[in-house]
Amino acid sequence: MASITIDGKVFEVDEKNNLLQECLSHAMDLPYFCWHPSMGSVGSCRQCAVVEYANEEDQKGRLVMACMTEPREGARYSIAAAAKFRAQAIESIMINHPHDCPVCEEGGECHLQDMTVMSGHTYRRYDGKKKTHNNQYLGPFINHEMNRCITCYRCVRYYKDYAGGTDFGPQASHDNTYFGRWQEGPLESEFSGNLVEVCPTGVFTDKPFSKHYSRKWDLQSSPSICTGCSVGCNTNPGERYGTLRRIVNRFNDEVNGYFLCDKGRFGAEYVNSPERIPVSMTRDSHNSDPVQIEPALAKDALKKAAKGAVAIGSPRASMEANYALRELVGEENFYAGISANELGMLNKIIDIYQNKPVNVASVKDIEGSDAVLILGEDLTNTAARLALGVRQSAKNLGRQMGADLNFPIWHDAAIRQLAMDKLSPLYILSPHTTRLDDIAHTSHISSAENSAKIGMAIAHAIDASAPAVEGLNKEEQALALEIAETLKSAKQALIISGTSSLEPALLDAASNIATALHSGNSKANLALVCSESNSMGLALMMQGSGKSIDEAMSAGAKTAIVLENDLYRRAASAKVDAFINSLDQLVVLDHLKNRTGEQANLVLAAATFAESSGTFVNYEGRAQHYYSTFKPDSNIRSSALWLSDKHFNEITADCAAAIANCAAILELTPGENYNFAGLKVPRQHHRYSGRTSMRANINVHEPKQEQDEDGVMVYSMEGVPAIKDAAVLNSPWVPGWNSNQSIFKFQEFAGGPLKQGSKGQRLIANNSTEKTWYEAGTSDFSAEGYKVFPVYHLFGSEELSAYTPAIQEKATSAYVSLSPEDAEKLGLKASDGVQVEHNGAVPFVVRKAIQPGTVGVSVGLKGLNFQDMSAAIALDKAAEWKNPDLWRAANIIVSDKREERVD
Amino acid sequence: MFKAIGKQIHIIWSQIVTLWLVFLHLFKKADTVEYPDVKPYMFPRWRGRIILTRDPDGEERCVACNLCAVACPVDCISLQKTEDENGRWYPEFFRINFSRCIMCGFCEEACPTHAIQLTPDFEMAEYVRQDMVWEKEHMLIQGTGKYHDYNFYKVAGKAIGGKGKGEAQNELPPTDRRSLLP
Repeated sequence: MASITIDGKVFEVDEKNNLLQECLSHAMDLPYFCWHPSMGSVGSCRQCAVVEYANEEDQKGRLVMACMTEPREGARYSIAAAAKFRAQAIESIMINHPHDCPVCEEGGECHLQDMTVMSGHTYRRYDGKKKTHNNQYLGPFINHEMNRCITCYRCVRYYKDYAGGTDFGPQASHDNTYFGRWQEGPLESEFSGNLVEVCPTGVFTDKPFSKHYSRKWDLQSSPSICTGCSVGCNTNPGERYGTLRRIVNRFNDEVNGYFLCDKGRFGAEYVNSPERIPVSMTRDSHNSDPVQIEPALAKDALKKAAKGAVAIGSPRASMEANYALRELVGEENFYAGISANELGMLNKIIDIYQNKPVNVASVKDIEGSDAVLILGEDLTNTAARLALGVRQSAKNLGRQMGADLNFPIWHDAAIRQLAMDKLSPLYILSPHTTRLDDIAHTSHISSAENSAKIGMAIAHAIDASAPAVEGLNKEEQALALEIAETLKSAKQALIISGTSSLEPALLDAASNIATALHSGNSKANLALVCSESNSMGLALMMQGSGKSIDEAMSAGAKTAIVLENDLYRRAASAKVDAFINSLDQLVVLDHLKNRTGEQANLVLAAATFAESSGTFVNYEGRAQHYYSTFKPDSNIRSSALWLSDKHFNEITADCAAAIANCAAILELTPGENYNFAGLKVPRQHHRYSGRTSMRANINVHEPKQEQDEDGVMVYSMEGVPAIKDAAVLNSPWVPGWNSNQSIFKFQEFAGGPLKQGSKGQRLIANNSTEKTWYEAGTSDFSAEGYKVFPVYHLFGSEELSAYTPAIQEKATSAYVSLSPEDAEKLGLKASDGVQVEHNGAVPFVVRKAIQPGTVGVSVGLKGLNFQDMSAAIALDKAAEWKNPDLWRAANIIVSDKREERVD
Repeated sequence: MFKAIGKQIHIIWSQIVTLWLVFLHLFKKADTVEYPDVKPYMFPRWRGRIILTRDPDGEERCVACNLCAVACPVDCISLQKTEDENGRWYPEFFRINFSRCIMCGFCEEACPTHAIQLTPDFEMAEYVRQDMVWEKEHMLIQGTGKYHDYNFYKVAGKAIGGKGKGEAQNELPPTDRRSLLP
């Protein structure tokens, strides 16, 4: 800590941070554009100028940029003395800025607006002509309006330097500087959506949001959790006039930090989908037309059906909904709605997290690791936010080099210069190339079983007491030794694997490596990725039992209740068909129409994440609560409330009491009795507009405010302001800071954790220090045909986001990937299709880096059901082939390494 | 006693004077007007019925920026932005609940395009409150209202149909991003 004087006041500051950060931390308003807590300083915008005085006698001082200044012990600074300089700087910045605010999506939450007001530039003196720029089409997610640019370079620093994008950059020079792609086309990076929040003004705006735009102050919002994958990023959905309008990032320093992936940001509009189930319905037989049924009658019918029924839970439904279902039918009749293999893998993950000497890695831990091994997981497509985290971990070598030379860590440009292309080691073992290959030291192509073997060999090489494996070739043995050496010498090694490969042996290997790395007090980081938003929660609910969907289907019950689950995504179609035909009654609770729901005798209209509250448990066992954003139509209820007569909070409390490890889910909210001076937390901004007019076309008499199920927040603009001591931070806003940059006012220090501390609760405690091993598998794969491995797509593979129009535009129809040798063997030309055994014909892509004899089969994309595949399949050239309409080969971005691209 | 008699005389006298003065008014010019047959003169900047105007080209002026709605102290304006095929913003619906409106004129002050204007018309009473909810088609007029010349899109940098980049007032043609020349 150092003591400095700013405008006559003495402050204790941390000299590791830059002066700008410290000024902001101490509640002083100092304008800035180019600095970002995650990206450091480059000092390009000249907005955070302050005057630094040489000594006590110095009256004149000199201008310094606060973001590039290390606070010196005893130094004297003045913010006020540089006010004129800042006003001049922003006047120059604003010279070419267009008169666009009323028709700009950023208006009202624009950092540039805030900073202009803060710097006191209120009158435009310049009356010359303004520079203009043409815009580019940047795909379905991002609008480009280049006239508004103030050349702070944040977009490039984010897109290229932070997120590793390669197709975007600065062009031209001086005041012609242009930020865009080399030619028009969709942005390739899976994290392009963050440009919307990174850009301090309206150059990059949210395209789907713009189609039904509302100002920030008009959006009703609540703290929520993304349903896209198992990472559980914190989001802030916004609602207006009964439809979900957009998702923005909600800061959580341990999970998503400042950034979301594009599936999270743009993939939630399924809430407004025409495919939603708007009312509850009944059907006489599995294929007759549905008839609407009143909610009260539907609930009665559900209760009647519950006696003796099997219940199938869901990895995408909340803990509360799954628990309410378990309560309704009894524990013995409750089955996890996932395959036996997946449930087994999830149970194994819980076992590893609980009983092995490892440190379960949050995204923050991932970013802090300096040697990474990824075992068979295509992170960018299965848990994208982790891939962004891994990208940051690769920069740790550069940071270390900087630290060795006493460089401050925030000195972004200097550290990048110093590191050049030196990266922390990243090893990837995968059956195909991944989007992280460009930063990987080695990306080894091998099947999941073989990767598991290599993993076992690595563990054995690190700790000789770990079981050894046989059957690796020389090259792979050498690789295993090399990886073992790297991991051993790393300060904080990280192993990533997961369930997406469907290969349990990979988890064994990952666990063994992490266990082997444990010595003394140090534990290796381990992240095991699951498939869906509450996969881990569902596994915890099963408490180690192996009651999977396969067992549910063979239980012989005459009635089944299916909670938010499409059975055709979990088991082979023939099996599911037989199961549904054997039933007298099929009850489905879901929010979107799917193949299972279309055969149900009773369909209950369930609420989505935006319309209900609940708890999700992410891949690291972190339970996080999401609050409903808006009240749905009276025909729609949250699944938990369909399934139970209890108050929502009682369901949570019962779940916490009944399920092992889950006690902490009660601590996620401040409880229904929470208030601050009698006030609850408002969902609406205090300047929410149109309250007395938005429903006036229906009835001029205004209805009573809706009541909330949690009892913490209210559907109102009245309540405890966020800047006061609200226990739950909704949308960040403070006077003078209307943009999302205002988040620093809610952090312990600028860039630090939130004061409210809403990080969620880790449910799985681990104090294990004992090294125990999983044995190496002995089964060698042998079957006729092409060996199948799953290929995931960030856009399209996940069930819910695939209903979103913008995601559909970036997705493609199902396909298979083949090696060039196999394509030749099958006699395939570029325009041909491939006939897949047990399935229809699909297009194919040739990928150089997959092993001959294996075939990558897309998961979840339209046109092919992965569940119908066997471990090995026969392939054939399709007769009379025409590519389907949804086929978009250009959306398959294989790797940033040019030679691996699909053209 | 004389005091009481004097008081009674004063009362009677005062009533006679009053009757006389009223009688005299028969010969004076009337101050009231025969509303509604005769209309009062309203000043042009009187804050009465709200209209939505068009720009000099005859296009809708409102760009659905929502500033009137947020300025409204009784929150009686609601609207939804939408966009035509050329990128021009306009309101999909625009609703004012006049049963809540207090005619403060903040919406007019907030409007960056002179679209929303208050007029001298004050005759807005209805028998049914629901009839005081007005939609865009009830408020949108054919002319420019009080401000004749302003055309927002001629000043703004955003390209819309018929006006490309660099074609607004005081704009240079678009830069060439492939050139490094000054």
